[in-house]
Amino acid sequence: MDQPIHTSIDTDYPVHDETSTGLPNTKLAMWIFLASECLLFGALIATYVLYRGASIEGPFPGDIFDIPYTSISAFVLLASSLTMVLALAAKQRDDEGQMRLWLLTTAMLGMVFVGGQIYEFTLFTREGLTLSTNLFGSSFFVLTGFHGVHVTVGILMLLTLVGFSYARQLPGERGELSVEMVGLYWHFVDIVWIVIFTVVYLIPTGE
Amino acid sequence: MTVPAKQTGLLRRPRASTGFWSWITTVDHKRIGILYGITAFAFFLIGGVEALLIRVQLAQPEATLLNADQYNQVFTMHGITMIFLVVMPMSSAFFNYLIPLMIGARDVAFPRLNAYSFWAFLFGGLFIYSSFFLGGAPNGGWFGYPPNSVTDPTVGMTFYAVGLIITGIASTVGAVNLAVTVLNMRAPGMSFFRMPPFVWMGLVTQFLLVFSLPIITVALFQLLFDRRFGTVFYSPDAGGDPLLWQHLFWLFGHPEVYILILPAFGIISDILPVFARKPLFGYQFVVFSGIAIGFIGFGVWAHHMFATGMGPVANTAFGISTMIIAIPTGVKIFNWMGTIWKGDIRFASPMLFALGAVAMFVIGGLSGVMHSVVPADYQQTDTYFVVAHFHYVIFGGSIFALFGAMYFWWPKVFGRMLSERVGKVQFWFLLVGFNLAFGPMHILGLQGMSRRIYTYAESLNLTAWNQASTIGAFIIAVSVAIFLVSAIASFRRPKEMSNDPWDARTLEWSTTSPPPEYNFAKTPVVTHLDDFWHKKYVETEDGEYVPVPAGGAPVHDPGHGEGDGDDVPHDVHLPSPSYYPILSALGLPVLGYGIVFEGVWWLAPLGAVILIVPLFAWALEPAVEPSAEEH
Repeated sequence: MDQPIHTSIDTDYPVHDETSTGLPNTKLAMWIFLASECLLFGALIATYVLYRGASIEGPFPGDIFDIPYTSISAFVLLASSLTMVLALAAKQRDDEGQMRLWLLTTAMLGMVFVGGQIYEFTLFTREGLTLSTNLFGSSFFVLTGFHGVHVTVGILMLLTLVGFSYARQLPGERGELSVEMVGLYWHFVDIVWIVIFTVVYLIPTGE
Repeated sequence: MTVPAKQTGLLRRPRASTGFWSWITTVDHKRIGILYGITAFAFFLIGGVEALLIRVQLAQPEATLLNADQYNQVFTMHGITMIFLVVMPMSSAFFNYLIPLMIGARDVAFPRLNAYSFWAFLFGGLFIYSSFFLGGAPNGGWFGYPPNSVTDPTVGMTFYAVGLIITGIASTVGAVNLAVTVLNMRAPGMSFFRMPPFVWMGLVTQFLLVFSLPIITVALFQLLFDRRFGTVFYSPDAGGDPLLWQHLFWLFGHPEVYILILPAFGIISDILPVFARKPLFGYQFVVFSGIAIGFIGFGVWAHHMFATGMGPVANTAFGISTMIIAIPTGVKIFNWMGTIWKGDIRFASPMLFALGAVAMFVIGGLSGVMHSVVPADYQQTDTYFVVAHFHYVIFGGSIFALFGAMYFWWPKVFGRMLSERVGKVQFWFLLVGFNLAFGPMHILGLQGMSRRIYTYAESLNLTAWNQASTIGAFIIAVSVAIFLVSAIASFRRPKEMSNDPWDARTLEWSTTSPPPEYNFAKTPVVTHLDDFWHKKYVETEDGEYVPVPAGGAPVHDPGHGEGDGDDVPHDVHLPSPSYYPILSALGLPVLGYGIVFEGVWWLAPLGAVILIVPLFAWALEPAVEPSAEEH
């Protein structure tokens, strides 16, 4: 008969529906994607650092940065990580109402941050710093702009979650996972801002 | 329990399982693999025509077939095509088709994302090629060095930046998907060190993609912004440094060459043991050297830049790191030699191509080590010697191995063999043509013929070798034509291939040819490296392997379905086809045109809408329709 010869089988392998690593596919995918994003921001920050102080003509960072203003908006963004955690905790308690509230709060804080960035950009433009003014303008706007786009995408995802929640499309564990995924992304975007804020605003250029 | 299927998407769920629409909406990794293969092969033919144009132009001194500008476009498109639209997606074709089969999975982790990856790649490729009709193709080389790539007034390099960002998106989502598949979807007992080497090299390749693509994405955005929105990243007038581009480009570009060659290493490591009828010699060494290549590949990028004046310290460091990367590569070569050593070798077509790949890659690898010697590199850089080198590694290594893979897995994919006799003829045409085309380029390079020149003076005495090279290129073209005819002819034969025509070793050969949509009726349980082989053969007391049952035919796992719908095991949930991947991917080129051309800026928001709206529908659409159960 066609019998397999080796019948002793290790029993410590996962059962059919589980994954080999024990992590859900979406979570593993999100971690790998975020690892990729690290290099994206790494390259952007490296460009900024390389061109720090290399601009031939002004305005220079010292001329236009309003550090207290940006600090407040950085604080707003960091606070949104807390509300994101609360949203996930509410979902885990199966309290959809609380979850929606915290998700909306998170999205709102994100919007305050992006709004603050738009205001800052217009102000800088008025003071004579544009994409094409000098290397500082190019690398500053592209770096922070990329981050702003990421925050905007995050806000869209948060609002989508809220919408899906109203449409009863976030059932049980799968819904929990969706909230957690958006949360991972959101925390990543926040952490990246800490690095950007430090490198761009807080470390003096010596000018 | 059956939940009534709820209509949640914007469109009615596609139902066709055969015909045109079933291919448009498919999420089956095997069909996507076939789509990748066909598309990549079509681009291979186009890239080949471009190569012939280059060679005809260079066959005579002072030729006038192409003018300088056309020549720039042709060689740039030849490079972009062969790297981004041929070798990468052709490897993707095999990864998509084989990885789930090899690890005993029913599908990839994210079937719709897989479809998205394919369509984004196809649209990205078509987008770049549309530039020929919309104001001129990219003309700054596949490396796109500024400041030329910024200051060139035609739209070509804008197409280059946007098109490569699109294909980069395709590769990134594809890589995330396949990496998760390998890490998470292995069959019971399929531990990491029971995975076939091809799966291992696939995993390393996906991580290389994940970590290197974002870097060039940033560089491409900077180039795009410089060209379209007035930033000054690469403008020396404003203090910008074109060398930044080179660093970012090669920090991607060097891992990229391993993205091109590691799949080939995996293919070779899977083919040689089958045709030498021996297990792969030093499996762990093959795996670890592959991982080592992946890591070191990120530390050698500046060897592309020795002549840019980085200084002796940097040059030395990168020269040494480059020599070091030859060590794990050499380890692999010796493993392959050990595998065929004293093997019971069958010289079937896949084996010939695999051996050809090893031999050609060794030649290319050796000239690569020559480049790592900085003073020698000063002489060789930007000459045809470099052209010879990278064609020996990329064409000689990757394309030979990929042809071997086509011959090897053709019966599995299509249920029909490619003609062995024709295959051998094709191999010898390819081998002879290849060496005649690229061998003389070493000499031309040493004689000082520089890259990217569109013509040369007769007095330089370069004509004879150039003519030899051109003849070689046409012999390659004949070889490819032979393959094409053989491939088409194979479909006139009946679809009657057995599961395991090569007496192979890995799991994909345990299921039918072609495999049913659900791959394995029963999830395989793995107990060995080369598990399938161990189910067919048993070791006697004196260490000989004899078939099980003694003298009998190879054992096939009972219970594998014949592939028609009736046999679908009732607990299999197949991912359902979907419109949304192709719809969303369609948004990318639309968005791209809006960015490239100021006059049609409104295409950009339109493209963004086409990109995003299907994503919502996608998120709402269940991956598996509950009704799929009731076949």
